[in-house]
Amino acid sequence: MTATEERPATEIGASRRRKEDARLITGRTRWTDNIVLPGLQHLAMVRSPFAHARITSIDTEAAKAASGVVAVITGADIADEQGALPNAWAVIPDQKAPVHPSMAVDHVAFAGEIVAMVIARTAAEANDAADLVDVDYDELEPALELKAAARDEVIAHPDLGTNVSAVWSYDSVESGTGGDVEAAIAAARDGGIVIEEEFRQQRLIPAFMEPRSIVVDPTTEQMTVWSSTQVPHFVKIFIALVLGIPENKIRVIAPDVGGGFGGKLQFTPEEVLTVIAARRTGKPCKYTETRSESLMAAHHGRDQWQQVTLAANADGTVTGLKVELLADMGAYLGLVTSAIPLLGAFMYNGIYKFPAYHLGITNVFTNKTWTDAYRGAGRPEATYAIERVMDELAARVGVDALEIRERNWIKHEEFPFSTVSGLRYDSGNYEAATAKARDLFGYDDLRAEQRKRRESGDPVQLGIGVSTYTEMCGLAPSRWLGSMGYVGGGWEHAAVRMLPTGKVEVVTGTSPHGQGHETAWSQLVADRLGVAFEDVEVLHGDTQVAVRGLDTYGSRSLAVGGMAVLAAADKVIEKAKPIAAQLLEANADDLDFSGGRYGVRGTDAGMTMAELAFAVFQGHKLDGSAEGCLDADATLDPDDFSFPHGTHLCAVEVDTETGATNIRSYVCVDDVGVVVNPMIVEGQVHGGLAQGIAQALYEEAVHDDSGTLVTGSFDQYTLPGAPDLPSFETARTETPATTNQLGVKGVGEAGTIASTPAVVNAIVDALRPLGVTDVPMPCTPYRVWTAIQKSASQEGSRS
Amino acid sequence: MIPAAFEYFAPATVDEALGLLREHPDAKVLAGGQSLMPALRLRLAAPEVIVDIGKIDDLQGVRDDGDALVIGAMTPHSTVESDPLVAEHARLIALATATVGDPQIRHRGTFGGSLAHADPAADLPAVAVALDASFVIAGPDGRRTVPASEFFQGVFSTAIGDDELLVEVRVPKYTGWGAHYEKFNWVAQGWSIVSVAAAVRLDGDSIAEARVGLGNMGSTPVRATAVEAALVGQPATADAVREAAARAADGTSPVSDLNGDADYRRHLATVLTRRAVLAAAGTA
Repeated sequence: MTATEERPATEIGASRRRKEDARLITGRTRWTDNIVLPGLQHLAMVRSPFAHARITSIDTEAAKAASGVVAVITGADIADEQGALPNAWAVIPDQKAPVHPSMAVDHVAFAGEIVAMVIARTAAEANDAADLVDVDYDELEPALELKAAARDEVIAHPDLGTNVSAVWSYDSVESGTGGDVEAAIAAARDGGIVIEEEFRQQRLIPAFMEPRSIVVDPTTEQMTVWSSTQVPHFVKIFIALVLGIPENKIRVIAPDVGGGFGGKLQFTPEEVLTVIAARRTGKPCKYTETRSESLMAAHHGRDQWQQVTLAANADGTVTGLKVELLADMGAYLGLVTSAIPLLGAFMYNGIYKFPAYHLGITNVFTNKTWTDAYRGAGRPEATYAIERVMDELAARVGVDALEIRERNWIKHEEFPFSTVSGLRYDSGNYEAATAKARDLFGYDDLRAEQRKRRESGDPVQLGIGVSTYTEMCGLAPSRWLGSMGYVGGGWEHAAVRMLPTGKVEVVTGTSPHGQGHETAWSQLVADRLGVAFEDVEVLHGDTQVAVRGLDTYGSRSLAVGGMAVLAAADKVIEKAKPIAAQLLEANADDLDFSGGRYGVRGTDAGMTMAELAFAVFQGHKLDGSAEGCLDADATLDPDDFSFPHGTHLCAVEVDTETGATNIRSYVCVDDVGVVVNPMIVEGQVHGGLAQGIAQALYEEAVHDDSGTLVTGSFDQYTLPGAPDLPSFETARTETPATTNQLGVKGVGEAGTIASTPAVVNAIVDALRPLGVTDVPMPCTPYRVWTAIQKSASQEGSRS
Repeated sequence: MIPAAFEYFAPATVDEALGLLREHPDAKVLAGGQSLMPALRLRLAAPEVIVDIGKIDDLQGVRDDGDALVIGAMTPHSTVESDPLVAEHARLIALATATVGDPQIRHRGTFGGSLAHADPAADLPAVAVALDASFVIAGPDGRRTVPASEFFQGVFSTAIGDDELLVEVRVPKYTGWGAHYEKFNWVAQGWSIVSVAAAVRLDGDSIAEARVGLGNMGSTPVRATAVEAALVGQPATADAVREAAARAADGTSPVSDLNGDADYRRHLATVLTRRAVLAAAGTA
């Protein structure tokens, strides 16, 4: 490969190679842990090995006397200083939550909770001394199993008196969006079809490649905090609010960040404690977690039980859906822990139109690591539930899985469509995406092969899994967030600055951690201002530079942040107009902007943006009637969500003798609207598929009976590698969103949302003739084999 | 994570290494480091002394010694995997070695290190018992040779004494035998849930001799002698092999863990043995 690329005819839609990749891939960049400052001290955390205990005493003497140790700090030492970690989303006004300390003072509520920290001159000395901190605990019975916890059999936080944090519900009758679901179910019991299923969304761990790391320098006028975070702007505000440091005295920098997947959408105990350590000692401090600590104590994801009841007519027309959800908060509420189930609440109806819907959510505390956002955050769980039951419905009606979906989905001519869960889908074309997927997949041929294998009793059966989805992207209209109980907004900010030599600086409030914003935003601005792609520099992640912003999560960056960039670029073009008119001695109304140049209509006269930028820099010829500056800021609050959708098809071979599964082919057709950089979109889809497939087949955080995380290293927490995944065939249809000026929708979570049910549907489809109707995730060979044995013994006992 | 502090020695000869082990009875021997280094970093092991045997040239390489192949304990997997002598006389070793970890691990990890670590789920122990390998162990009183059947004594436990060092492994030649290693794992880099190492010598269409070793079917690798006996004289057909392989789990006591319970493992052993023997016969 050469470094030179042909200039694309248009920037929007060009598969530009990513500007940031060389430094990210080689690691020759500023990862937080690479930052070294004069006098830097290192922290090590002492963590509770018990899930639930009272701290009776902590002896720090030996640790304090150890080589290189500067200080040892316990929860009691900082009880008055540390404040409480924030939950930013009260899903109901009287939501219950325990106080969430960064360091436990006398009560630990999960294994991995910090009980002390060591500050030392080197990381090795900090680690050695941490081993010498002697903590005495009185063990308490832990609340571990979610259903038992919901019944308050054991209380995770005795002071709270209950494990139930909040009960929230949505009902289409109350909301005026539809009918009575109980009536629909009752009607379906009489001559129709009722599908009742219970699904387990197992607990997952967001396994970002770069562990979390924090460096705090208290010696500058603004205390500088580097953190491997998705949300530097949140971190700045919360340091101010939690620790009482004036906001103007804090600068937060998210330098290059190696992945997040929602796992770094958090304000963490470690951030608070590193600030406290630096503040107390007056010297820079660094904390970098080990992978074991990351698996144990960085927030987890998913962990829900879903009770799903689907009502349908005998022909498979869905008439209602009722979902009762138990969601495991873990031990505490993090930033948006309580709202994760809520973010799925509006997605259980998927791409379908049916007249009645009820969802009940119960948020429950247990003595496990707290949960929070993980790629998709609520929407993968919802999509899984509806797509699994749609397959069960197809089986009951006796029609093809694609056919049952087509009977129920919203037709393309019916958009915009108001859904039973109260959202307005602006656009979509499920027919087109499905037709394309079906064609690429060779659907009919694979069905024929499946029939053949079934007839011949092949020990290796073939299953075909279908999953359609839509998701609400572009988080989020501030008004909507406010109405749902979130304390913050959903706007985004950008600035575009023409530099004197014709180059451009773009400042974005989004905070990429691998997404490629530098490349995509450069394309947006190059396209709009008519400057070269290479001449655009995208700045982000430093609150001193990107002063305003709400960061990156929820597939929002392009749909919200990118549109703010365009708005700022448009303002620059507008600002340049009177200046160009003045310099060209023309009437502003006679100017046209095209190809990066203001031209006087009907003449050859004109000035490029670069020429205007230099003229503004000199200022010699400006008469003062227009502001002599080609910089502009823009803040954009989206009107509504965007709704990507797609159809995923997966063929899985299941070895019925061993339970082994093998994904033979995977085709997805996603409609993410207008695409700025197809290669970036494809990368997002590939990564998303890998994570979604991993939920279906591989990953699960497992605790033992005492609440210890059994899957505490990558030896036990099973991440797939490249050999474990198939070659994906990805394609797109393009139905532009109508809710933003470019028609983009967002793609960060699509693959994760759609792929999990596609894989499990395929496994169940392969085994349906054997009587298998479900396999719990992850579908390990052992679980698949066990499901086959169970069905065989049930068949045996029936005959 | 940073290991606890330790004293480090890198002897150049076996004798020097033995001297160090005598002097420091609690020392840990560092071979390729693929198991010890993670244990040190997680502080699951915190020895005060590490004796790194990576600089001892005598422990390297594969050589032909008449009836047997001799594989130096510190020969990296990547060398064993592609060695022409191994390919000709003990292909089963090459096949199993190729499934160890990933290429990076196979360049660092060593043949002897893997065997001496004696992880029940590792790949090479089952092969060693199947092929009747013998282990040459150097100690204060000179060298002794231990058969594979006596070498593995339990989980992470072997016949190597605290003051001893595994120096080489002798493998009888299986020239002309068919071989197959059937590794059943969940992800490509994962440990075996169960593995079966099979070597078969055919006489015409029937099986003249068979060697079958099972991995992760107990605390030590298991030689499936009942299967071997049942295969002798049988045609290498699916039905005959299936019948013999049905005895694969006889007398085994595998663990139950997240990857499967003991019953599942016993079932897998029969299925994988059938597949391994048939595949081995197909290459004979």
